[in-house]
Amino acid sequence: MTRDISNKSRRDFIKIAGATTALTATGVFSPFVARAAAPVKIGIVHPVTGWAQYSGSQARFGAQAALKEVNAAGGIKSMGGAMLEAMLGDAQSKPEIGAAEVEKFNEGGASAIVGAYASNICLATTQAAAKHGIPHVVDVGVSDKIVSRGLENTFRFGPGFGAITKAGVESFLAINKAAGSPTKTVAIVNEETTGFGAGIAKIMTKGLAPAGIEVVEVLSHPTPNKDFRNIVLKLKEIDPDVLIPSHYYNEGVLFLRTLQRQKVQPKAIYSVLGGASSQFRFLSEFPDAAQYVMDCNHWFDPKNPAAKALQAKTNAAGLHFNYEVFLAYTAMMFTVDAIERAGSSNRAKIMEAMASSKWSGSIMPYGPTVMDKGQNTGARPLVTQVMGDKINVISPSEYASTSAVFPRPA
Amino acid sequence: MELLGFSLPSYGWSTIFGSTISGVFLGSIYALVAVGLTLIYGVLHIINFAHGALLMLAMYAVYFLWNILGIDPYLAMLIVVPGGFAFGYGLQRFIIGKASHGKDEITLLVTLGVAIVIENMALFFFSATERSVRVPYDLDGIDLGVTYAVYPELAALVGSFLITLALWAFMTRTDTGKAIRAVSKERQGAQLVGINVDHIFAVTFGIGVACVAAAASLLVPTYAVHPQIGSLFVLIAFTVVVLGGMGSFVGALVGGFLIGVTEQLGRLYLGESLGVITISVIFIFVLLFRPTGLFGVKAG
Repeated sequence: MTRDISNKSRRDFIKIAGATTALTATGVFSPFVARAAAPVKIGIVHPVTGWAQYSGSQARFGAQAALKEVNAAGGIKSMGGAMLEAMLGDAQSKPEIGAAEVEKFNEGGASAIVGAYASNICLATTQAAAKHGIPHVVDVGVSDKIVSRGLENTFRFGPGFGAITKAGVESFLAINKAAGSPTKTVAIVNEETTGFGAGIAKIMTKGLAPAGIEVVEVLSHPTPNKDFRNIVLKLKEIDPDVLIPSHYYNEGVLFLRTLQRQKVQPKAIYSVLGGASSQFRFLSEFPDAAQYVMDCNHWFDPKNPAAKALQAKTNAAGLHFNYEVFLAYTAMMFTVDAIERAGSSNRAKIMEAMASSKWSGSIMPYGPTVMDKGQNTGARPLVTQVMGDKINVISPSEYASTSAVFPRPA
Repeated sequence: MELLGFSLPSYGWSTIFGSTISGVFLGSIYALVAVGLTLIYGVLHIINFAHGALLMLAMYAVYFLWNILGIDPYLAMLIVVPGGFAFGYGLQRFIIGKASHGKDEITLLVTLGVAIVIENMALFFFSATERSVRVPYDLDGIDLGVTYAVYPELAALVGSFLITLALWAFMTRTDTGKAIRAVSKERQGAQLVGINVDHIFAVTFGIGVACVAAAASLLVPTYAVHPQIGSLFVLIAFTVVVLGGMGSFVGALVGGFLIGVTEQLGRLYLGESLGVITISVIFIFVLLFRPTGLFGVKAG
């Protein structure tokens, strides 16, 4: 009996092997062969619970959208069509949990990591990834500390806080000059828990002083913050010409609504990474509070068709096409490009490919990619302003669809 | 201005008055959350860790009643308060009471478990997205000169007084209120005179949750709803309960205002981050001189 089965198996094996060889040679089984390549694991870590849950979930969507797009287009071509496999991690809005997720990614064999939204979480996850030599692409975290610690595994494709603030100062001075220089005083309202905006007062003071504009007050607050009445009362007393807020989404909403409730109307609200100031969600929920708010922030190239396609996909998923989505999407695409060029899931090879990247397929309005100690020096922000039901780009001129409304109408 | 060698920023009187008034508004919110807690914590001696999660659940109920059926958050009180009572009654009678076997330490863990289950279910079903209610009177209010008081804030202030008054009247004027007090003082004696202790426990818990539901209706026009919203208030509400005196409704109200005003003035002078330490300072200070809290009475 055993003999019979074994004979039958041998015959079957010869038949199947022959047929498979023939079909593979003719290309019939090529998709099967392509899928057989070992998948490349990528850790995606974001705060999908805790205070940053909304933004973290949005960022996760962006990273996953890029990953799905790459897989649908045939995976990593230089690796025989290897599929990308997401390893999802929840940092729970806490740096130490984010670092623990990185340990799991390491044990699970991740080739690279994309994440982790907030600056303080990114500082922890990049450091934990550095211990294991895992390349880590920071999607949103803008603190300049992230790329100034000499970690060879850490890369940021988007601009950092210093670069954004300097660009913000330049654009504001141009807008102010075009309006006849009505600004004499500004007040800064910034978050201090995650430290992404550390140094804003120094950069602003230095940048605005030559134009005769004084930074009269810097009001810092924690994240999360449940009440802005005190800050708004102080602003009422100081009465600056322009307010410069810099914080996360929830605080941005609460701050702008408190200003509206307390009838405080400066000549302009000009955010630098304003959280809510250039968010479609805020505009749809609180259109009155959002009117004429300007924001120097991450923004996609409005002329890029791929950006519009991603916007449609994001809206179809019931989400908002905010900076978390397109930054995480771009960070993942940058990672994929590096893996493609490395032709390997080897961490060191991917890191080398990232460091020498010249990637130009981004949906962002960036110049050529040039990595300097992990920071893409070609990255830059745009300045937007809410007008009616639209968020228009107002600066720099090559991307602007309209000019700024400043001072804003009462 | 100097305090203990530190120079503090100086502000005009309008800012200081404005900050004090905003402290009163903030305090009314703390009091609203604390009154239900003081009933459960002070009378039943249950440390209800699920209080914040129940507040969040009630806020979602108010939000969906507005979002789906177009019911104004204040009118929604007519639905969520009885609903909250029924939910709380059932929770205590059939889950917390049965699982804890009358042991306080088990009760504590059961309420913690209930909180974890509710929060994670909210995250699963409602997602992490914050949801805000827009009411037509959102920006209307009264100009107090130093600050502008919008109607949702005034409603929370009036609501905190009315709920405290209603609870006090209920506890002192009704037979059920007297039965609750009897059970809290002498459980065995109450049972001997024919009071159904399990039923009274569940009724008390139900009233506590009904209070939280009323608070939810008053909070939703001001605060966005998300799965973590309860934790933003509940820790301070615990402080308010202990500060005011466990089981004292007047204590919860006064404690709420005291904490609210202290917090706002602390934030004004010490900064938004450091200012919150004033809550702990005033808490320790009061307990040093009145260990039973402002309006608490000595046990036994």
